[in-house]
Formats: sequence, structure tokens, C-alpha cells
Amino acid sequence: MNWTSLDTWIVITGALCAMSCALPGCFLVLRKMSMMGDAISHAVLPGLAAAFLITGSRASLTMFFGAAIVGILTAVFTQWISRFGNVDRGAAMGIVFTTLFALGLVMIRSAADKVDLDASCVLYGAIELTPLDNLSLFGYLVPRAAVIAGVTFLLNLSIIIILFKEFQLSAFDSGLADTLGFSSQLLHYLLMIMVAVTTVTAFEAVGSIIVIAMLIVPAATALLLSHQLKIVLVFSCLFAALSSFLGHLGAITIPPLLGFTDTNTSGMMATATGFLFLLVWIFAPKAGLIARFSGKNRELEAPDSP
Amino acid sequence: MNFADLWEILSLRNYNTRIVILSTTILGIATGLVGSFLLLRKRSLMGDALSHATLPGIAIAFGLMSHWGFDGKSLPALLCGATISGVLGVLLMLAIRRTTRLRDDVAMGLVLSVFFGMGIALMTMVQEIPGASAAGLESFIYGQPASIVLSDFVLITVVSIIISITTALLFKEFTILCFDDGFAASQGWPAVLLDVTLLALVTAVTVIGLQSVGLILIIAFLITPPTTARFWTNNLKHMAILSGIFGALSGWLGSTMSALYVKLPAGALIVLVAATLFLISMLFAPTRGVLPRALRQKRLRQKVARQHVLRAAYEILEQQSDHQHAPNEGPHLVDNRAITFDSILAKRTWSPRALKAILRAEHRLEHLERRADGTILLSEAGFGEAARVTRNHRLWEAYLVTHADIAPSHVDRDADMVEHVLDPELVRELERVLREKEAWVAMPPSPHSIPAS
Repeated sequence: MNWTSLDTWIVITGALCAMSCALPGCFLVLRKMSMMGDAISHAVLPGLAAAFLITGSRASLTMFFGAAIVGILTAVFTQWISRFGNVDRGAAMGIVFTTLFALGLVMIRSAADKVDLDASCVLYGAIELTPLDNLSLFGYLVPRAAVIAGVTFLLNLSIIIILFKEFQLSAFDSGLADTLGFSSQLLHYLLMIMVAVTTVTAFEAVGSIIVIAMLIVPAATALLLSHQLKIVLVFSCLFAALSSFLGHLGAITIPPLLGFTDTNTSGMMATATGFLFLLVWIFAPKAGLIARFSGKNRELEAPDSP
Repeated sequence: MNFADLWEILSLRNYNTRIVILSTTILGIATGLVGSFLLLRKRSLMGDALSHATLPGIAIAFGLMSHWGFDGKSLPALLCGATISGVLGVLLMLAIRRTTRLRDDVAMGLVLSVFFGMGIALMTMVQEIPGASAAGLESFIYGQPASIVLSDFVLITVVSIIISITTALLFKEFTILCFDDGFAASQGWPAVLLDVTLLALVTAVTVIGLQSVGLILIIAFLITPPTTARFWTNNLKHMAILSGIFGALSGWLGSTMSALYVKLPAGALIVLVAATLFLISMLFAPTRGVLPRALRQKRLRQKVARQHVLRAAYEILEQQSDHQHAPNEGPHLVDNRAITFDSILAKRTWSPRALKAILRAEHRLEHLERRADGTILLSEAGFGEAARVTRNHRLWEAYLVTHADIAPSHVDRDADMVEHVLDPELVRELERVLREKEAWVAMPPSPHSIPAS
């Protein structure tokens, strides 16, 4: 194994992306909207296609705005359909994102002659290539993706710190939040905007696989360890960063063991976070499988009741 | 393109498109049926999770087959791999749900993302196996309905028929599982087994659909037709049948369109047709559609407002008549005479404009006439209706006082809301109950004092 500064940058970029996803992810999980990341990651396709068809360039800023707008629209449409149409939120989400994705595919194909845009390029970003695209920051060469991910992380962190009380309340009891004068609707949309923007930034930088996994899995892992929201947020960030490191380590070491040369780092990071979940699921002191079946904490955990 | 072409394709006379259209239509029926239960179990996105969860299996099957020197893309092997890893994903989801406090959506998202990541990682690895061409494996993600051949068609048909028959046979069991799984378990139904069976059906339909029509289409097929059907009916049986029909219709129309516009991907067109059907149903379906429901609510609000005016008028008349009759003298005789706009306005908190609009509506129904001096006189029909509404109000109040032990001073508001929806049968029942209690029924006196206007 040969660890270079490139590997360090990949891990740092991955960790920053993962952490910026894990923060809003905790609230998504608490609000029973875990699938939002997956939905948005598919749904942004028409936004990318439209941005490209209108401006004719693959400049990342226009693409970013196209994707971010459609990402927010996904959340808004889902909300409308489930509220006005009285439809289960999961189903509403499914309808919205499959329709938008199909629309995007049709747009791309019908303009296929002029468009050099591939549906799969949206879904698999290349975190392996991030250290090759550098920015100069305070005299240091820093990968552009790392800067973007870092800014997103700080933005999400500060929003959550500033509005922690409001988010906490509306996640656990939106009715109470409303009666106390915080608009839980507004907070919901703010969260959705956060998720959409984070998702789209991370796509551009490192690919959607990381996003979908990091929105859910670190938060779910942390929820097995603690009941306290602050601790859950901290733990989920730790797990996100750790799985980025383990994922890259795995991407370097595992393929040679099986006789291959190369694999997909984003995919390995998603696998690593799943592996961490598995460990916690089995060994967690209270909620873990071992603790459960050894019967020590039986009375603490009522099955199926959150 | 002319009409003859269109008809040739729609009526399946064209051999090239016949198989594609039939396959997607049949698949639409099967997914529509199974999807209905997923929707009611609030697990619509299960298809999403499952279809991603098949990816590692596909990659491993491909890798192993190529490693042993067979054709990596042999369909049975890939489907086997997909099924095994899909089933594994489902079992993990159920295990997470049963042994942790994480809920369905988290379990689905977790399995989806981790399996998908693993699948991509494995896929990248196996692609470099010498001599094996993995190109085309992506069709599992996007699907290529146009490439369906006869053997695919047979597979889809057989599996779809098995799924449809199983669903029909287990209809009652699935129904009870969807509406109250706790009750099902307590009644001795094998709830877990039924749950697994339902998910096995979803896995089967997902796996056969993946290869031919692709992941996105399968997800849409499992979610959109049942949700569309839900707008049209409240009966599960009808919903399942309608959902099958909507699925079939989307498959048929969508693949027909793609036969006409060859450049466009069939899977995407089918999704868009299904989404259009959904949008139309969501807006216009008579049972649960948004617009008909809004219209019904508006009508009800108007009816309630009109009845409030009539009752206000009746109570005013009653008070005017009270001046001539001694109290407690049996049934009050209420004379119908002209009353002023202001006296009605003072009865309730309504704005003059709103009240004028309601009075206009009542005038159109010929419940009242406006007299030259600006006063209002109830017509014969209007007076009768006013008496009926007031009587319903009083009956319900009397019922609340005698049977629900609510203080007479507090019943006015409750009755205010209920009086509009008492049907004749319920009124008769109230009369019977109140007669037993010897409460007055011809026109019960108000249990509370009516504020004079």
C-alpha cells in the first residue's frame, strides 16, 4: 500500500462531504424522510439538462443552479402531493422523482445530437479525481472539491447551530413548534433547501453515492448509540468522517486481495458506512443485538416503538 | 406518421413492437396489483430500495461467471444473483426494523445506499476481468425495453401470472396485513410470513422488470398506478383492479409512443404516461381528487352558511312570537313575518357582505323574498326548512344534555357543527331516544337562553 498526499486529500474531501450530508441527514431521519437524498439525486437530472440546453455550456455554476432549483422543487412537489392529494409521503416522493428523472432522460435523449451529457455522469462523481483539480488558497494548493465541501459543511453547521432549538422542536413535535410560534413549515423548507443544496454540491464534487449513503447511515448509526440530539449530531459526523477514511483504505487494499487493481472509492465509502452501522447494530451497549438477546436491557427497548 | 401507423402499433399488428408492448403491459398489471399493497403498507419506496439492492448480486454473479469462463451476461445467472442479493436486502430491512428503533424509511434508505455503493464498487472491480465485457450491465439501471426478446417476454409473462394469482389468492390476508398487522398477528395470522411473502412478490417483479425496463421504471410502476387508483375509490378490491389497469395502460401507451418516436427511451415515456394519468386523477378523480373534494367542501360550507341564516331567522321569528304567547304553553306557534336584515346580522358574527351573499343564494333557492321596504320574508319552503334546521339543532342539543351530560349552556356550539349533517334516519333515532327520556320532540324548546338580537 502506498499512501500519498493525494490519498489524504481524497479522505479529507470525502470526510467533509460526508459530514455536511450527515448533519441535515439526522433531521431527515428524525422526520421520516430518509429517502429524500435518493429522490433528489435522481430528480435533479432535468435541472442539469435544462441548464445545459439553455446556456449551452457545462459550466458548473449554471448546472449547480439548475440542479439546486429542481432539487428544491422535488421537495416542494412531494410536500404538495402528499398534503393536497392526501398521499403517503413515500409514494409522493417516488412519483415525483421517477417522473422528473424520466423527464430528464427524455430531454437529454431528444437533444442527444448536440448534448454531451450522460445520465450516468450525474450519478457517479469521481472522488478519485478530485486532487487533480486544485485551487490556490492562502498559498496552499487545495482541491477545489475539498473547498466546496468545506464551505457546505460550515454553512450547514452554522445553520444548525443557530437554529438548533427550532429544528429540534419541529423535528420532534411540529405541532408544538407551530403553537410556540416557529413555523415548522418554514423550517421544513429550510431543511429541504439545505438537503438539496448539499446533495447537489456533493454530486458535483464526489458523486451521488456518497450523498445518498451519508444522509442516512451515519445518522441511523448514531441514533442507535444515543437518544440525545446533540450527541447524535456529533456522533453522526464522526461516523461520516471515519467511514470516509475506512472507505478509501478499503478501496486501496481490498481489490489487490481479490486480484483486481481498482474500484470505486465512493462506493467503498458507502460500503464502509454500512459496515460501521453493522458493527454498532451488533455491539451497541444498549440497543445492540448482543445486548438485546443477552436479555440485559430488555425492558429498555420496546420492539417497534420509536 | 399517420393514423394507420398509429393504429397498427396500438393494435399490436406490428411484430417488432408487439412483444415490447405486451411485456410492458403485462408487467404493468402485475406491478399495479402488488404495488397497491405496498402503498397501503406505506412502503412504496420498497421497490426503490430493492432495485438498488440487487446491484451487488448482479456484479458478483457477473464476476463469478466470467471467472469460471462462462458468459458473464447470461441472464439466468444475473437474475439469480439479483434475486439473492435482493432477498438479502429485504431480510436486512426487516431485521433492522424489528430489532432497532429505526423505522421503515431509515431501514429502506440504509439498505438502498449501502447495497448500491457496494454494487458500484464491485461493478467497477469486475469490469476489468480479462475477456469479460461488462458493457450493457448499465441497462439494469436504465433499462432497454426495446431490446426485449421472446424469451424475456415469456419470463415476464410467466412470473407476472404467478404474481397476480398469488396476490389474488392471498387477497384477504394481505388486506388484513395492510390495515392492521398487529390485529392480524393477534388473530393468529402468520403476519411475518405474509410480510415476507409480499416482499418476495415485490422482489420477483422487480428482478424481472429490472433487466427489461430498468430500475427507474420499475420503481414508478410499483408506486404510480396504485396511487393513481387510490384517488378513484375507497374499496381495496376496486383499487387493486384499477391499479392493474392503470399500470397496463401506461405500459401500453408509453411503449406505443416509444415505437413512434424511436429516439426517446421507452422506460421514460412509460413513466411520463403514468405520471400524466396520476396528475389527471389527482386533480379530477371524483372520489378523492383535489378539485372535486374542494368543490364538495365549498358546497358544504355554503350549505352550512345558508342553514345558519335560516336558523337565525327562525329564532328571531320565535322570539317575536314569544311576545304574544305565554311561555310554557306547549308547542310554540311561530308566525312567519318579515324581519329586518340588521336583526339577522346581529345574530351571528358575520360580515354584512358575507350575509348578503348568503341571502342572495337563499333568494335563488326561493327560500325567501325581499320586500320593497328592505325586510326579508321567508317563503313557505324557506320557513319549513328553517323549522327543520332549528329542530335538528335543538334535538342534538337535547340529546347532548340528556345523554352526554353536557351542560345546557355549552351545547350550542357543538350542535352548531353537527346539525348540518344529521340525516333523516339519525333524526328519527334522536326522536326515539329523546321520547324515552320524555324530552319534547315536536319542536323542543332551547335548553339555553337565546340571546335577543
